[in-house]
Amino acid sequence: MNSELKNIKKLIISQSLELDCGKIIKNFPLAYETYGTLNKDKNNAILAFHALTGDQFCTNINPITKREGWWTFAVGPGKAIDTNKYFVICANVLGGCMGSYGPKEINPETSKLFGTTFPVITIRDMVRAQKFLLDYLGIKKLLSIIGGSMGGMQVLQFSALYPNLTYSSIPIACSASHSAQNIALNELGRQAIMADPNWKKENSSPDKGLAVARMAAHITYLSKKGLEEKFGRKLQDKGSLKFSFDADFQIESYLRYQGATFVDRFDANSYLYITRAMDYFDLEKQFNNNLSLAFKDNKSKFCVISFSSDWLYPTIENKEIVIALNACGANVSFVEINSDKGHDSFLLNVPEFLKTVSEFISSTYNEIKK
Amino acid sequence: MKKEFEAISKIIKNNKRVLDVGCGDGTLMEYLKKYQKNDVRGLEPQKNLAQKCISKGLPVIEGDAEKDLLQFPKKSFDYVILSQTLQAFINPEKVLEELLRIGKQTIVTIPNFGYWKVRFHLLFKGTMPVTKNLPNEWYNTPNLHMCTIKDFVNFCNKKKIKIDKSMCLTDEKISEITNKNMFYKNIFSQLGIFLIE
Repeated sequence: MNSELKNIKKLIISQSLELDCGKIIKNFPLAYETYGTLNKDKNNAILAFHALTGDQFCTNINPITKREGWWTFAVGPGKAIDTNKYFVICANVLGGCMGSYGPKEINPETSKLFGTTFPVITIRDMVRAQKFLLDYLGIKKLLSIIGGSMGGMQVLQFSALYPNLTYSSIPIACSASHSAQNIALNELGRQAIMADPNWKKENSSPDKGLAVARMAAHITYLSKKGLEEKFGRKLQDKGSLKFSFDADFQIESYLRYQGATFVDRFDANSYLYITRAMDYFDLEKQFNNNLSLAFKDNKSKFCVISFSSDWLYPTIENKEIVIALNACGANVSFVEINSDKGHDSFLLNVPEFLKTVSEFISSTYNEIKK
Repeated sequence: MKKEFEAISKIIKNNKRVLDVGCGDGTLMEYLKKYQKNDVRGLEPQKNLAQKCISKGLPVIEGDAEKDLLQFPKKSFDYVILSQTLQAFINPEKVLEELLRIGKQTIVTIPNFGYWKVRFHLLFKGTMPVTKNLPNEWYNTPNLHMCTIKDFVNFCNKKKIKIDKSMCLTDEKISEITNKNMFYKNIFSQLGIFLIE
């Protein structure tokens, strides 16, 4: 896979970036993809941020994994984020494993893979790295920034760092500071990886551990009702229970499949680093425990969206963001979308959600075109 | 736009911050934003209506006035509007307190239960009134706390709420309510419109 990664779009950032951990990096790669065309006023650009296991290939067929992009339902010609109208930019985050500066890259100082010698990165580092990409593309002000889950955290962080760089901001199914429950769940995944004996061995990857991490995480992306409807107690084979530990139930088999396919496309160390970045995310603390200060003087239009069955980033946590925005008089809309598909709703075909995104962006675009 | 909204928009000065509580599909907000350059915000409990506002580019929070007004700071709006919903809250007194806290001035409109057709209905038919303005039956009406124009004025006096303006809607005509004409207005008007602080 590493050889294929050489053919994807990458910006080598020559400027230096001081990471939150104190380390200064420069000449580092940021892999990215764009869709649609930048208009001549350069006011139709949308920066989409990916979530934990996403990458820059948000739509069409991912050239590396040969699977559909993670946001195919939302991004594309005629879709909610219409690439006939807008220029969509998506970058692989720092710490990722799709060509950006991450633990799967070679450390130029040692000519070896970074692995766990990679510096701990934060959401703020990820966002600051992407600012270099905007400068490179010559975009002074974005039409919108959008993302769900960790992508939503990047939206919030971007708003706080660069209040005048976007006309609108759409944080979806996220939180301004990672909750204890979410830190706990991430820790479970990391421990599964680190418990795999292959984790420390050179030239081998902890596939079993990473698969378990993915299985556990995948459950948190769904809802009880969704699981019940899709799987219930249905058995994998029509027959009866096998009285063994094979995958008797469809849900077991489904999770095993999710785990097994995940390891083909994701790096275990990236998983450690990115989950860590999510856990460290605490926008409130960045602003003296007053989240409103993060959005002070921010003139962009916000649209916060949550999903009724999302228990990972529940409506109440999304509403905290809305409350902070209202407290400083920001221009904010909020809707909770009814869906029983859990946290994953933002990646799926949920018409009401897609309609809200589409209409919010197009109304903003119409306003700025005037 | 309906007469009631016309009357409300006339009260509101240009370039002010306005919160429309129960903003519906955003008709009033849209007008205030477009023609009076008001910086508008809406609060709406119904998902589909909130989404309509978003599609019009109007900022709206999906939420319930009995819970979600708390988040707005004191006097953060020049005007807060509550159109014909006070009677539907579980605790209208508390909601009103919140509105007065958030807004420098508050505009409240109430369907008048003192309207003659309503009185007539109860008096002669002996059943709960069903009119054009109050179309529901007693068992499915969202209106928990109906009041008359006179009730509302008495309430404001008792709570020491200052009434800056009181108007009423009588057969699609807007007129002022005074101490002198109160008795008649309370019989012949369908709607009371108050500017309070």
